Amino acid sequence: MQKIVNLAALIIMGLLYSFGKYLLLIRRVFSRPEKGSLYRKQILLEIDNLGIDSLGIVAIISVFMGAVVALQTAANIDSPLMPVWSVGFTTRQSIILEFSPTIVCLILAGKVGSRIASEIGTMRVTEQIDALEIMGINSAGYLIFPKIVASMLIYPILVVISMFLGIFGGFLATYFTGIVTIHNYIYGIEIYFEPYHVYYALIKTVVFAFIIASVSGFYGYYTKGGALEVGRASTKAVVYSSIMIILFNLILTQLLLD
Amino acid sequence: MIEAQNISKSFGDHQVLKNVTVQFEPGITNLIIGESGSGKTVLMKCLVGLLEVDEGQVLFDRRNFSGMSFGEKKHIRQEIGMLFQGGALFDSMTVEQNVIFPLSMFSKMSSEEKRDRANFCLNRVNLVNVNKLSPSELSGGMKKRVAIARAIAMNPKYLFCDEPNSGLDPRTSIVIDNLISELTKEYKMTTVINTHDMNSVIEIGDKIAFIYEGQLWWEGTNNEILTTDNKEINDFVYATELLRRLKT
Repeated sequence: MQKIVNLAALIIMGLLYSFGKYLLLIRRVFSRPEKGSLYRKQILLEIDNLGIDSLGIVAIISVFMGAVVALQTAANIDSPLMPVWSVGFTTRQSIILEFSPTIVCLILAGKVGSRIASEIGTMRVTEQIDALEIMGINSAGYLIFPKIVASMLIYPILVVISMFLGIFGGFLATYFTGIVTIHNYIYGIEIYFEPYHVYYALIKTVVFAFIIASVSGFYGYYTKGGALEVGRASTKAVVYSSIMIILFNLILTQLLLD
Repeated sequence: MIEAQNISKSFGDHQVLKNVTVQFEPGITNLIIGESGSGKTVLMKCLVGLLEVDEGQVLFDRRNFSGMSFGEKKHIRQEIGMLFQGGALFDSMTVEQNVIFPLSMFSKMSSEEKRDRANFCLNRVNLVNVNKLSPSELSGGMKKRVAIARAIAMNPKYLFCDEPNSGLDPRTSIVIDNLISELTKEYKMTTVINTHDMNSVIEIGDKIAFIYEGQLWWEGTNNEILTTDNKEINDFVYATELLRRLKT
């Protein structure tokens, strides 16, 4: 029993230590930049690297996700009491509330998170971060701040695109399979629409974007060693970003949809 | 002048630097030498502020660098150029962008002026027609020279070089050594070189500090190091068969 308590205490201490280190890094990230114009240029570059580059995978996943949700909903509605527009309605709600903000962000945590961690981690082990520090540059701010801002700006746009494409995917599925008529699908899309659900999804996305960029930046920034450790940092970044996304998904849903 | 006064540094229970006091003079090449694991890299990292000292202080022209906050250190850091072991060039930038980078961050030069300064620095290290290349397209010696060009772009008062010859063939090593020595005299910089390359010691060691087991063991010039009867120095200097034969 004592061993279990000791182990739990060790784990908690480790988590608190990492969390404290993370907060200190975030404070450095948000300290005053050396030259605003260079940071603006970096933000634009990161919007391209972290957002526009991910458009393809977001589009493919969204279309197929929407199509599958529509088909699964249709397959599970056997009761004649359920209105036929339920397929469109369920597809829209699932896509807007959960699939686009959460699943797309989880996928981005894998794609972008590993990229951020490995990029910054490689810069650490090849002394490029030390070179920035020697020049008198706040390396944490220069490397991580543009990534956080870029992610928080571009991910909501990606998620809105994902919503449209997801619903369009459902439309394609109904059109080609004839599970419901196009008219009923579109009617289901339009009925009981609440714009607040889109705001809720976008708020979640902004929080998830912050988590992905900052957590991945944290693991990359504190990489020690060589190529092996860069790989480990990259894996940790994806795992912890995903866990944080799932955790905050629950918290935000409770707070915003209560 | 750079002064390290009674600096100590430990990692956990392991004390790497023990009460080291050493001065580095301007206009000459100051070498820190010692065996691998003797603490010379830790000493250099303490000098440039990449590691915090546990005890003692580091002074840059009598300014207490180790006692400054991160913001205060920025001003001195802009007077420091550093050549890293692997060059530490930014992969995402071209050669020219690497040299221009510190100028873009801290100077008010126009784009044209920055480009001119970058070209001047690249020419000074004998590199031409490489501006648009990326660091991955350069040889080891060229990377070192670009790193030197970047280090001198801001006209630094202090130049630090961490094992500038590692991974280079003997002839290229001499070219890099001579380049550093020439630039030191030309710009009257306080240059500190961390090395265990005996060619560098003989070629450009105006002042040499020998670190042994975390302590400053011996100080002298490149002429004195060959004639000293200090056992640890002799074990280090004449470690190779070639030098032992030359001695006898």
